[in-house]
Amino acid sequence: MSARSRRTPVLAAGLLAALTTAACGGDPGTGEGASGGAAADTVTVAASDDACQVAESELAAGTHSFAVTNDGSQVTEFYVYAEGDRVMGEVENIAPGVTRELLVELPAGDYETACKPGMVGDGLRNALTVTGEAAQLSEDETLAQAATDYQRYVRSQTAALTEQTAAFVDAVKAGDVEGAKALFPVARTYWERIEPVAEVFGDLDPRIDGREGDQAEGEDFTGYHRIEQALWVGGTTADMAPYADQLLADVQEVVSLADQTTLDPLQLANGAKALLDEIATGKITGEEDRYSHTDLWDFAANLEGSEAAVQALRPYLEEADPELVAEIDERFAATEAELEQYRSGDGWLLYDQLTQEQLRGLSDSVTALTESVSRVAAVVADR
Amino acid sequence: MSEPTSPAGGLSRRRLFGLVGAGTAGVLAAGAAGGALGRATVAGAPASDPADDVVEFTGRHQAGIVTPAQDRLHFVALDVTTDSREELVAMLQAWTAAARRMTAGQDAGPLGAVGGEQFAPPDDTGEALGLSASRLTLTVGFGPTLFTADGRDRFGLADRRPEPLAELPSFANETIDPAISGGDLCIQACADDPQVAVHAVRNLVRIGAGVVTVRWSQLGFGRTSSTTTAQATPRNLMGFKDGTDNLKAENAGALDRFVWVADGDSGSDWLAGGSYLVTRRIRMHIEVWDSSTLDEQEQTIGRTKGAGAPLGQREEFDPVGFTARVDGGFAIPETSHVFLAHPTNSGTAILRRGYSFVDGSDGLGRLDAGLFFIAFQRDPETGFVQIQRNLRLDTLNEYIRHTSSAVFACPPGVRDDADWWGRALFEV
Repeated sequence: MSARSRRTPVLAAGLLAALTTAACGGDPGTGEGASGGAAADTVTVAASDDACQVAESELAAGTHSFAVTNDGSQVTEFYVYAEGDRVMGEVENIAPGVTRELLVELPAGDYETACKPGMVGDGLRNALTVTGEAAQLSEDETLAQAATDYQRYVRSQTAALTEQTAAFVDAVKAGDVEGAKALFPVARTYWERIEPVAEVFGDLDPRIDGREGDQAEGEDFTGYHRIEQALWVGGTTADMAPYADQLLADVQEVVSLADQTTLDPLQLANGAKALLDEIATGKITGEEDRYSHTDLWDFAANLEGSEAAVQALRPYLEEADPELVAEIDERFAATEAELEQYRSGDGWLLYDQLTQEQLRGLSDSVTALTESVSRVAAVVADR
Repeated sequence: MSEPTSPAGGLSRRRLFGLVGAGTAGVLAAGAAGGALGRATVAGAPASDPADDVVEFTGRHQAGIVTPAQDRLHFVALDVTTDSREELVAMLQAWTAAARRMTAGQDAGPLGAVGGEQFAPPDDTGEALGLSASRLTLTVGFGPTLFTADGRDRFGLADRRPEPLAELPSFANETIDPAISGGDLCIQACADDPQVAVHAVRNLVRIGAGVVTVRWSQLGFGRTSSTTTAQATPRNLMGFKDGTDNLKAENAGALDRFVWVADGDSGSDWLAGGSYLVTRRIRMHIEVWDSSTLDEQEQTIGRTKGAGAPLGQREEFDPVGFTARVDGGFAIPETSHVFLAHPTNSGTAILRRGYSFVDGSDGLGRLDAGLFFIAFQRDPETGFVQIQRNLRLDTLNEYIRHTSSAVFACPPGVRDDADWWGRALFEV
């Protein structure tokens, strides 16, 4: 590890520009996985409520296509993880009876596949070994790879975000209060995982996710929380159709922008921390979902999004500061374990069902995790 | 001039030292150059001698006990959240290193509030930039629950708990709120500038993230005791001089007898030279007090409000004459606070070091104010507890109520650059 020197902002800005360019120069991929070219084969995955049968457990390095068929009764997800649950590729939101394809480029190494029936927990895991020449990436290439890895994650989320928000909007417009209530925290999960990307686009974030009272004079209160208020306070969807349409349009706009955006590594590091800050300031206080009290859904999503951003940087961090990686792993695990106590069915307990002491336990674990994650940016900038 | 080095063995696997001392030789060298100047000098504050208001951090006893009482207090009680003794030890070492720096008027970490990298969180929070050391002292204590909690030996310390370190018994006239009582650890930060005291606590709490969590905290804005004969006696929020007959730093014999844990006392293998700290948040019924007559107030306290003289005497430091009579009765009523609390009648003495507080108002239009009582003693049972039992019939009780309670064992002072808070307790 090199001696840390004080870097001037000018130098740092130049470094970032170079990184961003490098990241943008790569093929951003066409599917939800990283595709370096045509798939050599198709690996079938039979996903049910209690099994995840992957046809192959050994593959040659290169691009592979996974065809995931959901034979179960619950909506499922399929992931290919590298060490530390770094997402190499994922398909979200596979409805029962549906087959979806994942295209993913896998360098030589040890991986795990996972099906997540009900979209919760660690999932049903299988080992996957990929053999062949292991590419030795330079530091620059590793960081550029982080950006493309994370972009792939963003795209998997934006696809699900669009679908789930559309379903939510349909329920609202159909006057299905209970159906809309059930979909509300699910759609928000995909939003909350990638909010740092969305925040790049100025006024879209407040329009989609603003809370009552946040608006400038003359601006209407719109977005998820406007509809949340109608559903939980009014118990009705009356007059919500225009807000629902606007929400879907705004989400589609942010998705199309996000899909074309590559965050540079420093933005990734800061985004990982920003998501934890969201937990500390909005979720642990119950202010985010003040009518529905579904804050723990958002809490979990912020946590997952933060971890995804950190994991994208993992190959670089493991070289640059393995001690920090170990500590971050430990503290993510501790926070997840703390949160896991409040799981309820496919979701979470409501905010107002937690005692002050339970909230404090969550808060303490997030505070510690944030201290660790806050050090990632400097490691990235220090290269 | 030299930078205090990290204590030997302080390089834990945790990154606590990311904040206070780990890193490369380059970092430490840079820290030495910047750190030795001190905050005030770096920020271009008036060029007074920065050593003027620095209280020595090392010594046989911790600073902040017999140190002349500073004007401001930030007291914090913490609970340990880790089960790892190793992490706890690493934090105490990191705290000691940061405390060494801050009490010398330096930033909490070697890089400082603005000397680090642009993309790293600063290792100091910065609100004390440009401020002097302000006679900052940091005093640490260990609560009974650090040793055992719910019958569990948490850190292999159960058999090192000194007998006197036990939860205080209940007393008359108290409504103790558990949420603002007790704690595994405490930090008493005293300084003449409130921002310096708050800064110190804030940075130590931050260093402890993941190891400790704040259980409760208390700000005090004005000292209510003198701990040396050179200090004038301050007034508490009742408007009376408080601490006239306090134990004073100059009286070494009395301190050895009543304040410092001695060789041979229970737990003296690690606690000799230390002391027990008792805190009580005492809410005053300010509005009721203010509407009582001067005579009632003086009869309640047992001293005159103006000079602070014992009733029947003229000057503050005139001897307290419990046998003096006025109009057929004792000049100092037998139910007055001074009568019952004074060493003559309570049979013991403690070193008081309390602070006035106003925590806003209580929602009923009344000030939520009073005295955050702090006392140091050789044994709580023969110190605070004995006195407080004697105060059961104190007429002052009509005007006050104890709302929090805590007791801690404060280890002896940090001896040298290699020493750290609690080393004798944790290193067997």
